[in-house]
Amino acid sequence: MLKIECLNVEIDNKEILKGINLEVNKGEIHAIMGPNGSGKSTLTQTIAGREEYSIRSGSILYKGMDLSKMAPEIRAREGIFAAFQYPIEIPGVNNTYFLRTALNAVRKHKGLEDVEAFDFLKLVKKEMKEIGMSEDMLRRSVNEGFSGGEKKRNEILQLSILQPDLAILDETDSGLDIDALKIVSEGVNRFHGPEKSIILITHYQRLLDYIKPDFVHVLSNGRIIKSGGSELALELEERGYDWLNGLSEAEGECK
Amino acid sequence: MDRKITDKKEEERKLFKELENSEYKYGFKTEIDMDTVGKGLNEDIVRLISEKKDEPDFLLEWRLRAFRHWKTMEMPDWAHLKINPIDFQEIIYYAAPKKKKELKSLDEVDEEIIDTFNRLGIPLEEQKKLSGVAVDAVFDSVSVATTFSEKLKELGVIFCSFSEAVKNHPELIKKYLGSVVPYRDNFFATLNSAVFSDGTFCYIPKGVICPMDLSSYFRINTANIGQFERTLIIAEERSSVNYLEGCTAPMRDENQLHAAVVELIALDDAKIKYSTVQNWYPGDKEGKGGIYNFVTKRGICKGDNSKISWTQVETGSAITWKYPSCILKGDNSVGEFYSVAVTNNYQQADTGTKMIHLGKNTKSTIISKGISGGHSNNSYRGLVRMTNSATNSRNFSQCDSLLLGDKCGAHTFPYIEIHENNSSKVEHEATTSRIGENQLFYLQQRGLSMEDAVSMIVNGFCKEVLNELPMEFAVEAQKLLDISLEGSVG
Repeated sequence: MLKIECLNVEIDNKEILKGINLEVNKGEIHAIMGPNGSGKSTLTQTIAGREEYSIRSGSILYKGMDLSKMAPEIRAREGIFAAFQYPIEIPGVNNTYFLRTALNAVRKHKGLEDVEAFDFLKLVKKEMKEIGMSEDMLRRSVNEGFSGGEKKRNEILQLSILQPDLAILDETDSGLDIDALKIVSEGVNRFHGPEKSIILITHYQRLLDYIKPDFVHVLSNGRIIKSGGSELALELEERGYDWLNGLSEAEGECK
Repeated sequence: MDRKITDKKEEERKLFKELENSEYKYGFKTEIDMDTVGKGLNEDIVRLISEKKDEPDFLLEWRLRAFRHWKTMEMPDWAHLKINPIDFQEIIYYAAPKKKKELKSLDEVDEEIIDTFNRLGIPLEEQKKLSGVAVDAVFDSVSVATTFSEKLKELGVIFCSFSEAVKNHPELIKKYLGSVVPYRDNFFATLNSAVFSDGTFCYIPKGVICPMDLSSYFRINTANIGQFERTLIIAEERSSVNYLEGCTAPMRDENQLHAAVVELIALDDAKIKYSTVQNWYPGDKEGKGGIYNFVTKRGICKGDNSKISWTQVETGSAITWKYPSCILKGDNSVGEFYSVAVTNNYQQADTGTKMIHLGKNTKSTIISKGISGGHSNNSYRGLVRMTNSATNSRNFSQCDSLLLGDKCGAHTFPYIEIHENNSSKVEHEATTSRIGENQLFYLQQRGLSMEDAVSMIVNGFCKEVLNELPMEFAVEAQKLLDISLEGSVG
């Protein structure tokens, strides 16, 4: 699904990612953990196609396509979804209208007809109920005046409606209380399936109590310094990131 | 990486190319025999226009007084606009399609003209008329057709061209013409008073709620012509009317002048809602050509509890100079101004409103949304005046500007005057923001193209104003916003 090789990324001439290797196959859940400033969000934004993040070297292949040649909206239509750490407010734009426009953009790309307004509303209402969103959010503007938790739920609503193939959740757990965390995790688990891959970017282990990853990677200072199974997250929780301080070299050489 | 940029640039280049060709879809010209007077302006031309229209003496006298006054005036330069000098002797002041015979019904209107309006989406033929909207179609200097006149007449509503009103209802013209915008008002209004050729007249009798929207559609066709029309709307006690106005012009390299005057009069408990979608040719990418739009629009809430509401979506014209205003004379009267002004490429707009509070407990609301892209300049200019008789009055103003690039400008010029009046309150809020990279990226990440993302954000920004427009007009306005803004984000 996704193959990242020796990826170097910089912003404003400052190198942030220094040789990332990562392979995510169909159906897999990968967790990427790491301290603040390690490059987790940069990785998300780079995969999503944010222009300011320029790739100095290395490659990202998605379904065999070179992502660096694809505009952000094409990546999205091809099935890459990034749930934002801080979802953006868009005043005056109706949430339902936004969702339907996005869904139709994706459908059109796949050669499908626009979704019928009635079917769409039915679908959205069902999904909203599942993640405990009140229906008045359909009438509100995109994320405007939403609480932190509401914004995160709105991201998960979009995820479940748009049904991408690769979902990258950037600190979706931050700012959620335990009940909200549970609901959001359930939403992600419902989404997950043999054809759907997920990358969870998180600072804390607690999200992984609810969403069980197949692989855990530790990102530090722009490199993946350790990879393992879900037990690695527990070990990290216990021993802290300092435990890995000695491991500054990436596994697998890039040059 | 370089490859990606090249591909993107290439894609943008193609897109711009496509837009240049598709941008202004009303830019075609109609070939038809016209009856025109020669270029230039003098007393003889004023007399000639009046004569062609077979006008009563009082009107000719009024025109001449205006003309003589105009000669003493100078073009104002206080607006935040760069205007190439206008040679008023190079303008044609009257052009009308040659009549093959005297028109008795719409079926006798020239086919070329019917075809022109069809292409503009304004069908005039009986069987295809816009349902629920009566249209007065103005082509260059004259009204060529008015639909539903007969039906409206049954209710006592007069809806006709200005020229017909002069013929059939001279007493109303004499009473109200210039009563809101006097012929000495300002340079362009005075010029209009001297040479206006036609326009629309609406009269809603006492207690009548006009059963359909009334509208005018203005089309400039002839090269070098100036269009000078007048609209006069009178709403008698307890009456109510919705009026819509649209306009287009062919693409020409020369600038063309449009200087209209609109006067609204609302008597006790009457309501007038006036909506405009202005789409004059804005000029090309380099700023060549386009309409100079200098318009004086003013309404008076003459009676108690009356209400006048202006809504405008201004997307066209090379230069827009326009301040639809309300004089709140009646007690408890209400004035509203909702505006979206979009400028792109080298367009300039200086627009806003005046709310003059004279009566007690009067209320006014101003919501202005300015959007600028390209190299354009967009200014809001608004005056709120609370006189000492306007006790317990209120104004709320909100002016927001959205910048779509780094070469455009947005300016706000609020003027607030409160004359020995402690019981009244004026509130003014203003914001200027740049379209957010984060917002654009968020929408693109959900699959929307850059153009759709811009359009969605801009429409959200204007929502409060678009909501004020009648349904079909709102849809049209939304489309226009998209067209006007394409390629505006650098």
